[in-house]
Amino acid sequence: MRAHYGKVTAAFAMISALALSGCSAGGDSSEAQAGAEAAPCEASDGPVELNFTTWVPGMDKVVELWNADNPDIQVTVQTGPNGNSGTYQNFFNQIQAGNAPDLGQIEYDALPNFRVQDGLENIAGCEGVADAQDQFVDWTWGQVTFGEEDSVYAIPQDSGPMAMYYRADLFEQAGIEVPTTWEEYAAAAEKIKAQGSYITNFPKSDVNWFAGMVWQNGGQWFANDGESWDVNLTSPESEEVATYWQDLLSKDLVSTLPSFSDEWNASFNEGQQWTWVSAVWGATTLSSGAPDTAGKWAVAPMPQWEDGEEAAGNWGGSSTAVLKGSEHPAEAAKFALWLNTDPEALALANELGGLYPAAKSATDLEAFAGGVDYYGGQKIYDIFADASANVNPDFTWGPTMTQTYTDVSDGFGAAIGGSGTLTDALENGQQKTIDSLKSQSIPVSE
Amino acid sequence: MSRSAAMLIMGVFTLYFLTPIWWLLTTSTKTGGEITSTAPLWFTADSLGTFFGNLGRLFTYGDGLFGRWLLNSALYAGVGALIGTIIAAMCGYALAKYEFRGREAIFNIVLSGVLVPATALALPLFLIFSRVELTNTMWAVFLPSLVSPFGVYLARIYAAASVPGELLEAARLDGSGEIRTFFTVSTRLMAPALVTIFLFQFVAIWNNFFLPLIMLRDQALFPVTLGLYAWNSQISQIPELRSLVIVGALVSILPLIIAFLALQRFWSSGLGAGGVK
Repeated sequence: MRAHYGKVTAAFAMISALALSGCSAGGDSSEAQAGAEAAPCEASDGPVELNFTTWVPGMDKVVELWNADNPDIQVTVQTGPNGNSGTYQNFFNQIQAGNAPDLGQIEYDALPNFRVQDGLENIAGCEGVADAQDQFVDWTWGQVTFGEEDSVYAIPQDSGPMAMYYRADLFEQAGIEVPTTWEEYAAAAEKIKAQGSYITNFPKSDVNWFAGMVWQNGGQWFANDGESWDVNLTSPESEEVATYWQDLLSKDLVSTLPSFSDEWNASFNEGQQWTWVSAVWGATTLSSGAPDTAGKWAVAPMPQWEDGEEAAGNWGGSSTAVLKGSEHPAEAAKFALWLNTDPEALALANELGGLYPAAKSATDLEAFAGGVDYYGGQKIYDIFADASANVNPDFTWGPTMTQTYTDVSDGFGAAIGGSGTLTDALENGQQKTIDSLKSQSIPVSE
Repeated sequence: MSRSAAMLIMGVFTLYFLTPIWWLLTTSTKTGGEITSTAPLWFTADSLGTFFGNLGRLFTYGDGLFGRWLLNSALYAGVGALIGTIIAAMCGYALAKYEFRGREAIFNIVLSGVLVPATALALPLFLIFSRVELTNTMWAVFLPSLVSPFGVYLARIYAAASVPGELLEAARLDGSGEIRTFFTVSTRLMAPALVTIFLFQFVAIWNNFFLPLIMLRDQALFPVTLGLYAWNSQISQIPELRSLVIVGALVSILPLIIAFLALQRFWSSGLGAGGVK
């Protein structure tokens, strides 16, 4: 799942800044850092009612399955716009007001923010949670524990392993090899430009896509040693990715349309884009946005930085977190585990909501077993399953991702407009992120 | 400036404002795929059929949620604007027609309320409503909508100008109580202002987005603005929503157009009738 940053978000940011300065000035963040102990997690007596806020379509139907089998733990589904479009800010407001839902859907890149603001219940002590680790793809488990001892703050829900969608027919007609390394990708970009098309589109506002690229390259943007945060937007791996795309941009080998816009869809539909390096959920974005190209696409692993490697990045994915103040963490954790491991629940969540589960058992699901017509009958989910296993398990998101995304995206926009480079944008984002952490009294190591 | 230059400028602006609405109209007659693949400002061969198809899906999708949202909006905006107008009228009238201590202070405070954007009040309101456990209920959106500082301002100015003191004296001499005089005599004289306040309130509540976004969780309570926004934020997961959001946006502005057309009559006729002979 991805974020859209619009005016509304900007308005939200302003309001929340007001709210935070008014209500949570004081040592909230440092308290959160210190209090890592698992809270007691005992089952409640008698019937329990839980609230679960999610924006995944069809989740109410999934929860109906649970409610039918668990008369003592009834779950009510509440909904709203997706996280960055307002629901996260609502969570923070509700936590402040003490009436947050028991469970909330939170994307991995937003989790550290909730952690730092002490918005999550530690459910490590709840029955079955600690043992569940093996059931989830390694990197997703790292996302919900933050590497702390005896800590689990959410149950992984879905993930977005990345691969390369490409126009098999066009590559074949033009006699261009499907690139397997980034070097070949750049070479192919020139040949495709000569044919009057673009190899792909550079998404200036999807900074989490760019982070997925850095992730694939073994880079890290953030690290947390339990005491302070390390900000590393300008690591060599990160700069390598920036230099690479800057080169393609400078030579006008990639287009710069706003992602997911109508023009963007149209350019795919009309064959002006030959590849899209994207996440597993992109499969339906493509098939619905570019219906005229059905049957012409195929999926291959991401191009590699070194020949013969198999690294993959990740773009998106979310977890089911137990929010601070829930009176029934044990039951909430039980439900969250069921929701994200039960085969029937996973299958339905995929069918209705398009989620690609974070549970390892996803590969057994029928929905991912067969070929997909839009992709010429290719069994594309096998590629994504492999990619999922090849995602670096130790990637850490920072506690102020929304702000970091905005700053870097502004810089990307400037670079596309011809002033500065992608590397400048990262340097600028680095500085602003450090400033923002400091202004919120979140310790930064320099 | 010459007449033709003025016409040209107005023409350009008219085009500028109407183009998005025209786009909305043409695009709502397209399927999801056609939105990207056909000319954006013109219809397709099967426009009418697709439009009714879209409309049908709009009202059936998610067990008829959209119809529910429309009803909610009508309730919030219709009843809210009506009660809001009455409150504003009474308040403005009292400020204009009665002498009492602190009158100007109250008026100035109300007036300063015009300057505070509703968005800035949403979060404090949320915290207050949380305290009394009214969040995620219809009241959370309805109650704050009743207040209109601008309406009070307008009602006062208009009452001062259009309700003659002599008339009130006469009513009192005839034995009419103050409340009865207000409802039978004064409101009629103030009618144009009241229609204006009602329209302003109606549009403001209908378009209010931030307050419901903060207050409501249960999508059965959403007004149409928030519902469409939530759908729009899910397009990446359910692409079929794209055409529904567009048709939904078109349908959602119809009540505003109807309200304007229906009330415009009272507006202009009332303006003439308000004078004193």
